Amino acid sequence: MIRIEPRTDGARHLTYGIPILSAMIALALAAIPLVLSGAPLGQAYYELFKGVFGSRFAFSEMLTRATPLIFTGLAAAIAFRARLWNIGAEGQLYLGALAAVSVGTGVFDLPAYMLIPLILFSGCFAGALGMAVPAYFKTRFGADEVVTTLLLNFIILIFVQFMLEGPLKDPMGLGWPQSSPILDQGMLPKLMERMRIHWGFVIAIVIALVAQFMLSRSTWGFRLRAVGENASAARHAGIKVRYTLMSAALISGALAGLAGVSEVAGLKGYLTSDLSPGFGYTGIVVAMLAGLSPAGVVVAALFIASVFVGADSMSRAVGVSSYLADLVVSTALLCVLLGGFLARFKVVRVKSARSLQP
Amino acid sequence: MMEILEILLSESFWTASLRIATPLIFGVLGALICEKSGVLNLGIEGIFVAGAMSGWLAVWLGAGLWGGIVVAALAGAFFGLIHAILTVPLGLSQHVSGLGVTLFATSLSYFSYRTALPDVSSPPRIEPFRPLDVPLLSDIPFLGTVLFEQTALTWLAIVMVFFVWYVLERTPLGVAIKAVGDNPASVDAQGLSVYALRIGAVVTGSALMALGGAFLTMSAFDAFFFGMVNGRGWICIALVIFASWRPGKALFGAILFGAFDALQVRLQTEVGAMIPSQAFLAAPYVLSILALVIAARRAEYPRALLIPWFKGQR
Repeated sequence: MIRIEPRTDGARHLTYGIPILSAMIALALAAIPLVLSGAPLGQAYYELFKGVFGSRFAFSEMLTRATPLIFTGLAAAIAFRARLWNIGAEGQLYLGALAAVSVGTGVFDLPAYMLIPLILFSGCFAGALGMAVPAYFKTRFGADEVVTTLLLNFIILIFVQFMLEGPLKDPMGLGWPQSSPILDQGMLPKLMERMRIHWGFVIAIVIALVAQFMLSRSTWGFRLRAVGENASAARHAGIKVRYTLMSAALISGALAGLAGVSEVAGLKGYLTSDLSPGFGYTGIVVAMLAGLSPAGVVVAALFIASVFVGADSMSRAVGVSSYLADLVVSTALLCVLLGGFLARFKVVRVKSARSLQP
Repeated sequence: MMEILEILLSESFWTASLRIATPLIFGVLGALICEKSGVLNLGIEGIFVAGAMSGWLAVWLGAGLWGGIVVAALAGAFFGLIHAILTVPLGLSQHVSGLGVTLFATSLSYFSYRTALPDVSSPPRIEPFRPLDVPLLSDIPFLGTVLFEQTALTWLAIVMVFFVWYVLERTPLGVAIKAVGDNPASVDAQGLSVYALRIGAVVTGSALMALGGAFLTMSAFDAFFFGMVNGRGWICIALVIFASWRPGKALFGAILFGAFDALQVRLQTEVGAMIPSQAFLAAPYVLSILALVIAARRAEYPRALLIPWFKGQR
């Protein structure tokens, strides 16, 4: 007979150990599809490693890829802490990007020190607005935010396609559905010569640290965690639950919006409807691997970005589908979920079923 | 206005509505069974993809059409089992586990497709299910066309509605499944296994969801495309709430939804010049959100939905 008991022994080492172990197990499990598709195993892992650490450029590419994941990971982590299931980061990312190209492509011809903050702020605002709607539906009508945010992702993407074929279409774009480029002075400066890594990465790190401080040290962070852990107890303690949820929703949406801004104004320069290969959804995995801690999000995002960038070059070298990266990432999520169980409970053998009764 | 009336009275419109509704009927029924037992299954979107891919691939590799259906159902059951193990005996977050299953099933399907067919540029086609075309019945005006110009899978979906209704409302098993979603402790007190009932419901429901996906590649179309599921799974989750967890209402909701979708396609050709096509494309998702907002207030969720239950816990 097996019985599941809550752990009483703290097990702090597991808080850090489990995500790291989950990531490693997910990487190791990738060997199965690699062998099945007939790839040389040793070379495949070597190429994966080389694709991230093989050169300064490869490493900077990994940091570039991690940038939007830090933003979307933070968006998920803060919402999930309040038990607000924002699965709409993908849509909010596009809203942020849409706002960035709306104000940044020539409507306001401002110097850099005014235009860049304007672009950043607009992106935050649009993303926050994108999450305000489902949060309102939840608090006002009780409509499940999981479903509404998921469905809004599709609506927003269709809206972006409409804007790119109509009002925001680049007249110089040779007919492609893309926006005009962001003005030069509106682009986030590059961090290094001849690399794509940009200031969005620095902004992401700074925001992660601020979020870490806010969540663990401020009264707002305390209220947020209280609502997430037990909403009715928090209400009895005099915390305004609805207000706290709304603030988490707005901040979460704003962060997802920043992911879009950083991709458009830091990397691509213009908006297309394939800007994000699912950064919003991957952000959920990042947040879960990070145990919903903002500082952990940075580490988790670096890992996930390594998997994607490494798998890209491995895919080219040994001819395996690059969907392997998505497979590793989703396996990591399932592993960390399972690991979270092992951190909170222990499985004990019990002599007879009778001893179960207290 | 006359044009709309003309559309609504045409056979082809209702035939299309029922065709569009078919994958949703499977999906809503599957989600309904899971939720009735107390488990939200957000793996649905990925299970749709897995059903669509695996069923199609099996046929492409030489299995018969019904063989493909069995493969799809087994694939759905497999991913359902992962979700069930994580959420039922282990009691982990149903939201996160479901999303994890969706990501896992989707990426595994895409990876398998690319591995099985590395160098195809245009997706290869299979010979899909044909419309039934029953002698005599198909000749009945209007109804004959609408009902019998469908493939066997649409019929299977409708039969499933009655079957699921019968099991849930008229058998002891159904009573037990509903009880386990409302008050698992009482089921345990009667000596029934809460775990077995919930795991069974999630696995069965997931197999049904996969059939919805299989319909897309084996009946509605004849090939597999990336992104072809396109949120249908999420729409089903909204429809279950709209249908207040009743199989009959679920059928009605899915057909209503199919009708709206078929109508927008036809309106697009009528008034396409005035309204941008994207407004029509977005309509199904907007409708689902509206349905959810309207239904949410009076929704009577299964009382133990999302709440894990552990044996030996009082």
